[in-house]
Amino acid sequence: MEFNLVDTLWVLIAALLVFFMNAGFAFLEAGFVRAKNTVNVLAKNFIVFGLATLAFWAIGYTLMFKGNFSAVFFSDYKSGVEGLKIPEMVFFFFQLAFAATAASIVSGAVAERIKFISFIIFSLILVAFIYPVIGMATWGGGFLYKYGFIDFAGSTVVHSVGGWAALAGIIVLGARKGKFKEGKINAIPGHSMPLATLGTFILWLGWFGFNPGSELAFDEKVPLIALNTNLAGVSSMLVATILSWIKFKKPDFGMILNGLLAGLVAITAGCADVTPVWASVIGLLAGFVVFFGIPFFERLKLDDPVGATSVHLLNGMIGTLMVGVFAVDKGLIDSGSFSQIIKQLSGIGFTFIVVFPASLLVWFLLKLVMGMRVSEKEEYEGLDYGEMGYEAYILDDKR
Amino acid sequence: MKMIVAVVQPNKISEIKDALNAAGIERLTVLDVEGYGKQKGHTEIFRGREYEVLFTRKTQIEVVVKNEQEKQAALDAIIKTARTGNIGDGKIFILPVEEVIRIRTGEKNEEAI
Repeated sequence: MEFNLVDTLWVLIAALLVFFMNAGFAFLEAGFVRAKNTVNVLAKNFIVFGLATLAFWAIGYTLMFKGNFSAVFFSDYKSGVEGLKIPEMVFFFFQLAFAATAASIVSGAVAERIKFISFIIFSLILVAFIYPVIGMATWGGGFLYKYGFIDFAGSTVVHSVGGWAALAGIIVLGARKGKFKEGKINAIPGHSMPLATLGTFILWLGWFGFNPGSELAFDEKVPLIALNTNLAGVSSMLVATILSWIKFKKPDFGMILNGLLAGLVAITAGCADVTPVWASVIGLLAGFVVFFGIPFFERLKLDDPVGATSVHLLNGMIGTLMVGVFAVDKGLIDSGSFSQIIKQLSGIGFTFIVVFPASLLVWFLLKLVMGMRVSEKEEYEGLDYGEMGYEAYILDDKR
Repeated sequence: MKMIVAVVQPNKISEIKDALNAAGIERLTVLDVEGYGKQKGHTEIFRGREYEVLFTRKTQIEVVVKNEQEKQAALDAIIKTARTGNIGDGKIFILPVEEVIRIRTGEKNEEAI
């Protein structure tokens, strides 16, 4: 098979950008949690790429793209991928980076109270078994693909999957001590906005690999996808800025950071299928969804320290749905037909039906077998000391 | 011998230090502290939720003086520089000091200050 060198190089670079999103998640989550849990959060985000590599290499990839166990440990690789001009190894690495992202999303939501070992086991199961089911249906030539469901770069396959798994996690795990007290919802401020900002910038950069790279070739669509990605992200960020400014009389920077990510998540499904104007409209919607989504989950007594459920789950769903409205030719606006919306809803619904109960079950079993949560004493003292035996900030030489 | 403990606005510390030096009192211990008094706290916003921060950041200074004259000079220097007339300017506490020992030489009391 003939490989196209430019395509290959581009997909490899895009994969590296997506890989680096792990650093983005690490810094974002570290900044959004309290100082006493920093090492624990960093360690989860660091180890998760190792776990995802192992799980995806061993089982996830073959389930997702072969639909069976014929290629465990990537043993059955051919030289190329049907319909593409890149080696399968590059394709594998690109897909691996995506799988790891889904697991990273979970990490932030369950932060500041989950046992390290519970997160490790859940991540392995998510990437080996749960993520590939949705991946196979959508990207592995499965029934959603055949039906015409559009999720170009993974608003559903990656972000909603991570989001449902995260939501199931925080339901089983319960809130952090002090988040909901005497009927009041308390803010638990993160300890470092510089870290959170760096993390968000890295994710922003990474998205230019995530979405344009998903074209899996370097063709005329790549610039459009990059443009759409940025437009949606910044539209959402600006909406979050304005809404928070109106509500609090001051722009809420944490919300601004999450606002950007919300727009990026939302455009991920349709970035190759909408015009730039509709991309920015999807971003506008995402800004509203994240701004009202975060307090919505809090009112349900669901504690998500980084806002992952609003950013990845709600916006993953809304972004996927909007493809049915705005997609060129196929969407409601161009075609006047609801058929694409129905297709989008099927994909969203299938993901919910598979991922949410499966994740609930796995989390529940983990809770039953080994206990999912650290002790109350450890939660107060910090997971850095309790789980890791080391703290993030040692500002003196007393020891 | 007295110890003067003053809780002041952090941004005043440089001026206070200069005024103390000008008054011939060339020593100072500075601590970052948090607390509240009449001034109370303020609200901050974290990702969609407002919360009250009751503890305001202040700086606490400690200086030990030898006699009544030095005490008065130190108090004048601190009050003159720390006062803005607004709530939150701070407070001064004066405590008796029983003994002072310089670790290096073993000198005691006034000689050790």
